[in-house]
Amino acid sequence: MNFIHKFENYLVENLDMKNPELKESRRGFGEALVELGKTNPNVVVLGGDVSGSVRTDLFRDAFPDRFFSVGISEQDMMGVAAGLAVVGKIPFASAYGEFATGRPFDQIRQSIAYSVMNVKICASHCGFTVGPDGATHQSLEDVALMRVLPHMNVITPADYNQTYRAVIKASEIDGPFYIRFYRDNSPNFTNPNAPFEFGKADTLLEGSDCAIIASGLMVWESLLAAELLAEEKIMVRVVNMHTIKPIDSNAIVSAAKNTGCIVTAEDHQIKGGLGGAVAEVLAQEYPAPVEFIGAKDTFGESGKGSELFEKYGLSKRHIVEAVKKAIKRKK
Amino acid sequence: MFPNLKNPVFTDTNELDEMARQIRRDIMNMLLISKSGHSGGPLGLADIFAALYFNRLNLIPEDPYNEQRDYFFLSIGHVAPVWYATLARRGYFPLDELKTLRKVNGRLQGHPAPLKTHGLPGVEIASGALGQGLSIAAGAAIGLKLSGKPNRVFCMAGDGELDEGQMWEAAMTAAHHNADNLTVIVDRNHCQIDNRTENVMKLEPLADKWKAFGFEVFEIDGHNMKEIMETIDKTGKVKGKPSVIIAYTKMGKGVSFMEDNYKWHGVPPNDDQGKIALGELNPTKFGDFVDYYGGK
Ligand SMILES: Cc1ncc(C[n+]2csc(CCOP(=O)(O)OP(=O)(O)O)c2C)c(N)n1
Repeated sequence: MNFIHKFENYLVENLDMKNPELKESRRGFGEALVELGKTNPNVVVLGGDVSGSVRTDLFRDAFPDRFFSVGISEQDMMGVAAGLAVVGKIPFASAYGEFATGRPFDQIRQSIAYSVMNVKICASHCGFTVGPDGATHQSLEDVALMRVLPHMNVITPADYNQTYRAVIKASEIDGPFYIRFYRDNSPNFTNPNAPFEFGKADTLLEGSDCAIIASGLMVWESLLAAELLAEEKIMVRVVNMHTIKPIDSNAIVSAAKNTGCIVTAEDHQIKGGLGGAVAEVLAQEYPAPVEFIGAKDTFGESGKGSELFEKYGLSKRHIVEAVKKAIKRKK
Repeated sequence: MFPNLKNPVFTDTNELDEMARQIRRDIMNMLLISKSGHSGGPLGLADIFAALYFNRLNLIPEDPYNEQRDYFFLSIGHVAPVWYATLARRGYFPLDELKTLRKVNGRLQGHPAPLKTHGLPGVEIASGALGQGLSIAAGAAIGLKLSGKPNRVFCMAGDGELDEGQMWEAAMTAAHHNADNLTVIVDRNHCQIDNRTENVMKLEPLADKWKAFGFEVFEIDGHNMKEIMETIDKTGKVKGKPSVIIAYTKMGKGVSFMEDNYKWHGVPPNDDQGKIALGELNPTKFGDFVDYYGGK
């Protein structure tokens, strides 16, 4: 792994790219809640009949008095969370990505974002990797829905370790948060001791030919792509844009200035997602060629996550192609 | 429970009735100035608002977010004029500010705006999109119980608003968590925008519905001050479950040509109509905040 040696501090020690430790990011959420249960008496958790799935069961079993079941009623859950915030609690409301954002969008808009309530909305089962469940359960629009809301902060951690740290961090900042993570196992590669710097992108890898700006699961996929590219002597910068809002425009502009072209990579619709967010910054501050990896204005379908990544153009192979295309477009 | 909080201001129902009439006059004057806003619902709720803010709620107008306050959530944000008039009369902000209803840069937004962005004292959270207030009230009630606090929580809901499914999700949540510190008041005026409620979407048997959802149900004349106050006391004594007061009111109460007419749900009076309305609502000892017609 000598091509990433510069950023060892950011990554887990002795990271084995071929055989990384696998962990569920949703478990990082559940375990962080248990930690908060011990340290912050104001933290309360709402359950919407998916507690075992989103791993709020860990908190429920440890702190049953501070866990409130609201049934399968995501709209009500967001309002109840807002009410709990009014009386000084720090409520965590969670569900699957689409049901945590799309179903209760108006409730989030009025009672949480517009009202600037200290509510943490945490969504598991996001993106293509819920695979076999099909398009109804593949949340590909949630980041766009949350990003457009004034006052809302949006975090898309890359793995288990970062989810854990992001949840702790969000509990410390007053205001509405949306945190997005996943059901399935994925490589756990970020250093558990590295601080989580809210709003500040992490550069994992330095390179001057192109910059890949990635979020969530796609950060790992981008590292794999970078490894393949390095074999062809194409050296890319890889940026983990874990905070989508407020977005780190400095990191985006610096990536464009130093490499001349950008590829964005996300497990979400490009329009309205990270791709859109990066393009907004570049259009205004430093126009540069951009290629986009992500869902291209399409719903998903049933299949294995890996098959869907292949079919919908999210695999490392597609990132490699996108980088080459972006480099060709440089003046 | 909180001996130092500042209610009641009036105990005599005649005085409360007079304050309610003044609030109705204020609503008319506000709408005449803004030329935009809802007449019917606000006029119908003046008695209940007077009872809550001048007698029953624990509150400190100069310290509106005091920890010991009772929480009031207005789920039907469109009746904001009756709330604003009541808050101003109770000293939460200057009466003169009532002239700024729905005006740019103002705090009196068309539908109540959140404290953190607009800073109107007394408002806990935004409303306007119907159907959300009961969830919030339920959340607040659950949170207060968790903290072992005695504060009461009130939620003002509309009858048309009960078409919204979230209201019933929230009703289940409140009952499931035994939120006996919660009182819902339903403005049962039988009117909504398109028509009378039973024509738009049948609500009856409404009391049975609430009972079935686990609430203690009270039905009252929403214009009878004594009944309003006695019932607010009764709901405070219910144990183990939330309460609902179905308050039978008249939309447009106090203005003959508006009364019980759903067409007055969302429009302000024009100058001619306003003059007749103010003629029917006798002046009170409290005095108007504006002389809209300038003595004419
Ligand atoms: C979610 C939502 N849908 C529609 C509206 C538009 N709207 C405002 S008031 C209203 C009727 C409400 O009826 P009711 O609760 O009986 O109030 P009243 O007419 O008695 O004032 C409607 C449909 C809204 N504000 N929010």
